[in-house]
Amino acid sequence: MNFPQDLLYTKEHEWVKLDGDVAIVGVTDFAQSELGDIVYVEIETVGQTLAKDEIFGTVEAVKTVSDLFLPVAGEVLEVNDQLSDAPELVNSDPYGEGWMIKLKVSDLSEIEGLMDVETYKQHVGH
Amino acid sequence: MEEQLKLVHLNDIHISLGAKMVPFAGYSMPVLYSNLIQEHLAVRNAAGVFDVSHMGEFVVKGERATEFLQYVTSNDVSVLYDGKVQYSCLPNDKGGIVDDLLVYRWNENEYYLVVNASNIEKDWNWLQQNNTFGVEMENISDNLSLFAVQGPKAIEALRKLTDLDLDSMEYYSFKAGTVAGIEDVIVSATGYTGAGGFEIYVWNKDAHKMWNAIFEAGAEFGIIPVGLGARDTLRTEMGYCLYGNDIDDTTSPIEAGLGWITKFNKSFINSDFHKQIKENGATKKLIGFEMIDRGIPRQHYEIMDAEGNIIGEVTSGTQSPSLNKGIGMGYVTPSFTKSGTEIFINIRNKQLKAVVSKLPFLK
Repeated sequence: MNFPQDLLYTKEHEWVKLDGDVAIVGVTDFAQSELGDIVYVEIETVGQTLAKDEIFGTVEAVKTVSDLFLPVAGEVLEVNDQLSDAPELVNSDPYGEGWMIKLKVSDLSEIEGLMDVETYKQHVGH
Repeated sequence: MEEQLKLVHLNDIHISLGAKMVPFAGYSMPVLYSNLIQEHLAVRNAAGVFDVSHMGEFVVKGERATEFLQYVTSNDVSVLYDGKVQYSCLPNDKGGIVDDLLVYRWNENEYYLVVNASNIEKDWNWLQQNNTFGVEMENISDNLSLFAVQGPKAIEALRKLTDLDLDSMEYYSFKAGTVAGIEDVIVSATGYTGAGGFEIYVWNKDAHKMWNAIFEAGAEFGIIPVGLGARDTLRTEMGYCLYGNDIDDTTSPIEAGLGWITKFNKSFINSDFHKQIKENGATKKLIGFEMIDRGIPRQHYEIMDAEGNIIGEVTSGTQSPSLNKGIGMGYVTPSFTKSGTEIFINIRNKQLKAVVSKLPFLK
């Protein structure tokens, strides 16, 4: 299982990559393997400003539906359009082509509440 | 309470194979070994093995065994012959179904019943309670393992293990004999996948040897272990009912589309009630539907008409790995049962278009 060092993580199994005040958000390798074959990624919150932990979309696998929770408050700037035709990218490349949204972070201090890689590994029992 | 779950005899094997184990019907069961779609397609295209040892098995013996089964089951037991299997259900006295089951005829005085794991105790008590025929019953569920070897290549793998003439076996028949050098095995041309193949009943003491022999024989055909996750997607593609989802203590077999196993040329528990439903028409009927819009139907989602009126509820639903679209079953009011009828599934407050479809989904 892959846990990149340079990312931040949430207990809901999302990863965050910060560049200035813009964060790229996706789900972790652990999350995609737990979900299994992902069939739909549904994100219809582009342009919306949401609070931390608000639902910004859903992921559907063959057997399960999972909500996606915003790691930190902000405005959803962009969604990965590729996922509407190729949701399996989340399975095959969760930290790369399977990214989900770009987010303009409202309050950078909230970033400090995210987990580093070692804490996240412990969280999932690795 | 995980520690109270029952374990199948080969529990350790499943864990060593890396299976994800989940509680199901009081047992810890392998739900997934590697990847659901791979497991599903292995069964459709080649062969896969399910450990379904959680299923319950009862022996019913006695001079009046046939008479007893005619009374407690909905299908016509009199058409069975030695070595024949029948799908049936146990109607309750309140208009619903205690369980669905398979009835195996060994001879006219001895039958085997195969029931759902979740209902073993309920079925046993129900059958005892209605045993006014002096039949002898034995619950052998804890002594037997059951492996479903399913898929178009299953027969080729099993042929290597037995002298039993598998090729001459008709669908829903069984034979007893020696398989993989193990005596006293029952091979049954049944399954819950629609992919063909056999189910193998073996005593627990021989289960490990049988499991290994099946995988050795099947290796050249790409046989793999398959979990309950794929078992559910496979049965849903065939439109097979799952007890607890599509049928339960409150549904009539007539409403569930199980009229073909509900025979009124005999009388059985509560048969007049179901006969009336058949004659007067049911107030709800189980249908199959395919999604037109993109979305996956799930159990308990609402089914709606074009105006947004609720007309029913989804009882089973999944993404179909073979058809690559959402499929489901559910009960609707009778005016929406014709195939081709447009309906809507309420998926997270969006009314997504679907169409009533003939079962099975996979032709």
